[in-house]
Amino acid sequence: MSANINKHETFTQAEYMVMKNDLLRPIEKIGKAGKLWIAFLVAVFMAGVVAYIIQETKSKYVTTSLRDYTMWGIYISNFLFMVAIGLVGVLMSAILKLTNFEWYRPLSRIAEVIAIGAIMFGGISIVVAMGRPDRLINLLLYGRIQSPIIWDVIGITTDLTACIILLFIPLIPSLVTCKNHLENLPKWQLKMYNMLSFGWQGTPEQWAILKKTMKTLTALVIPLGVIICTITAWLFATTLRAEWDSTNFGAYFVSNAFLLSVAVMTLATFIFRKAYKLEKYLTEMHFDKLGQAMVLMALIHGYFNVNEYLIPAYKMSGLHENTLLNLFVGKEAGFYWSVVFFGIIIPFLLPLFPKMRKPIPLTIISLAVLIAGWFRLYLIVIPGLLHPYLPIQDVPKSWTHYFPSAVEMTVVAATFAGLLLVVTLFSRFFPIISVWEVAEGELEGKEEIFNYK
Amino acid sequence: MENENNNSSRRNFLKLGALGGIALAGTAIASAVTDETPKATGKKVKVLTADGKLVEIDSSLVDHHAANDDFSKAELRQGVAGKKFIRVIDLGKCANERKCITGCQKAHNVLAPIEYIKVKKMQNSPLESPYWFPTMCYHCDNPPCTKVCPVDATFKRSDGIVAMDYERCIGCKFCMAACPYSARTFNFGRPEQVKYSEEHKNDTSDPNHCTTPYAQEGTVAKCDFCTDRSEQGLLPACVIECPNGAIYHGDELEDVVTNGEDTVRLKKLLQDRAGYRQFEELGTKPRVYYLPPVKRDFPFEDATEVQNTKE
Ligand code: SF4
Ligand code: SF4
Repeated sequence: MSANINKHETFTQAEYMVMKNDLLRPIEKIGKAGKLWIAFLVAVFMAGVVAYIIQETKSKYVTTSLRDYTMWGIYISNFLFMVAIGLVGVLMSAILKLTNFEWYRPLSRIAEVIAIGAIMFGGISIVVAMGRPDRLINLLLYGRIQSPIIWDVIGITTDLTACIILLFIPLIPSLVTCKNHLENLPKWQLKMYNMLSFGWQGTPEQWAILKKTMKTLTALVIPLGVIICTITAWLFATTLRAEWDSTNFGAYFVSNAFLLSVAVMTLATFIFRKAYKLEKYLTEMHFDKLGQAMVLMALIHGYFNVNEYLIPAYKMSGLHENTLLNLFVGKEAGFYWSVVFFGIIIPFLLPLFPKMRKPIPLTIISLAVLIAGWFRLYLIVIPGLLHPYLPIQDVPKSWTHYFPSAVEMTVVAATFAGLLLVVTLFSRFFPIISVWEVAEGELEGKEEIFNYK
Repeated sequence: MENENNNSSRRNFLKLGALGGIALAGTAIASAVTDETPKATGKKVKVLTADGKLVEIDSSLVDHHAANDDFSKAELRQGVAGKKFIRVIDLGKCANERKCITGCQKAHNVLAPIEYIKVKKMQNSPLESPYWFPTMCYHCDNPPCTKVCPVDATFKRSDGIVAMDYERCIGCKFCMAACPYSARTFNFGRPEQVKYSEEHKNDTSDPNHCTTPYAQEGTVAKCDFCTDRSEQGLLPACVIECPNGAIYHGDELEDVVTNGEDTVRLKKLLQDRAGYRQFEELGTKPRVYYLPPVKRDFPFEDATEVQNTKE
């Protein structure tokens, strides 16, 4: 252990110099495309803010398609999606770190930032879906621990805090690097690095503390991530509705989240690699490994999918019949089966072939998985609501079906823009690849990080 | 002190009222008599005196004040002491005349398409006969809606009522997702609704026992068994409005229910007519019982379906 630490001591300076150009470049210069991208995201985000203001001021909720039966619409399915994506931090940095998979090193910070952004916007989605956001304070004043919503509030805030710390701690040495090696930056930015690095010297004791804190937090964040994902499933499973009344729901959600996380990671890796020219660090090996992980995750999720749908379908009990028939052969059938096809079968089958685990094909598959994943959560919320035990009768037509309104879609688009903005801006101010972790890996002779063919 | 007196006398009165089985208005006559200048309205109401006599008096002698004049917020959350409200619906008597619905909408200041009480056409299997099935909040004894509410805005009272506090509800709609009977509605704040409830806010006393007399935008609302009316000795709006006497409302502790005309022993009625509860298997323990639609008063007429389909 101590030998390890000493190695850092002697090597960092030289090694950082080599990597400086590569990994710190995106901070120093923002290209035209980069600026355009940020402007685009800001525009979408602002559109969402305006849409939300319209929703809240123009006689509550008339601008949404929410009605008495579908009172939870895409805001809630989007929330589920964000929480699922939030598991990416757990998946990448925690599981891989703890199991000593060395290839995680360049990916861990990307995963952490995405996770933080996703959890943040998951929380925001919930507030947007609330009829009276002005009364959020009631959750503190009158919160009752037996409500799964309170579990969720506690879970999300804890997880978010843990993730932020887990992002920040390993960032400290990188901040010093930034401070020492970045020039041509506005004064405040350099000052910020200095302040945030909290007088980091890189002494052996400091390294020891850093490593220990990271280990503890990493171990902590795994159960936390799994728990908030499960609690989100419990929001549904604790109700008496037939389609959500499933003991399998927690596992189903977590397995879905892992599958989506791999897809998100693939996409992010691809984009960062291209945009910041990091081919040397984000290699084909990463896509190869991510592709393998995808096969595994799709398999697991497929298994839970069978448990969730096919087994109740075998029984066709009176309580489940309504929804299941609708999903399998009814109005929602085309939708349901394409989600199964693109969301489970494709990510299971295609990456079995090494050719499909190359950057471009795998990114395309990931995109399909993500879109299918979003719709899978849509399929859990909306058809579930539209098939209550007592038949829906004698109500206006708009109550019997649901299609998100322009306001809802804009707000949802804005949460995505917001998430991307968080990730983009972060990568503009901080090295998105942890310089020292990669350097350390190289120093420890983990050649595969660099020389994978 | 004054309040306490009012309360206890009202309670006794209510008890008698339910027993007598008459739609009764007002509270203690004693307090009305001491009133300085009651202007006679000419409108007569029937009241039951403490010694059990039925008398007709001028309505001005009867106190019509809002229920929350007397009750603190904590008391409202508590419920009416010594009561357990219960309801029996005789499916054989329902002809889907929808008077209960319009009466309820008026009593609670809500406009169509919001219905706290709905009448559904039900048919259990193709060979069975269809029947009309009024549903509403069942004020379950094991209510899934109160379990999931994060802020205790929907809560169970000692008198069996599952009540709503509009002041506190954060509009998460979790209770709506949790209610297996789709009994809850959300106040989506349509402009015409907002205007209507603003205009009529003084018409009703205090449904659901909040400081606001009408459901607020962005919160959940539902059937409240008209507890504000019960406290004044009145029967719920739907019970009074039903021309066929299909809805019996009463008190489980007293073992009596009434539809405004007939007053019957609850247990005997349920036993004689094979009363049952909807979706017993869900374990929600509803406080609304149904009498099977046998020996119907009306032939089943499909034409009365589809009335509430305007946006
Ligand atoms: S019927 Fe629904 S709203 Fe009413 S008490 Fe039962 S669960 Fe709650
Ligand atoms: S919508 Fe209101 S009453 Fe219903 S669970 Fe949420 S806070 Fe409680």
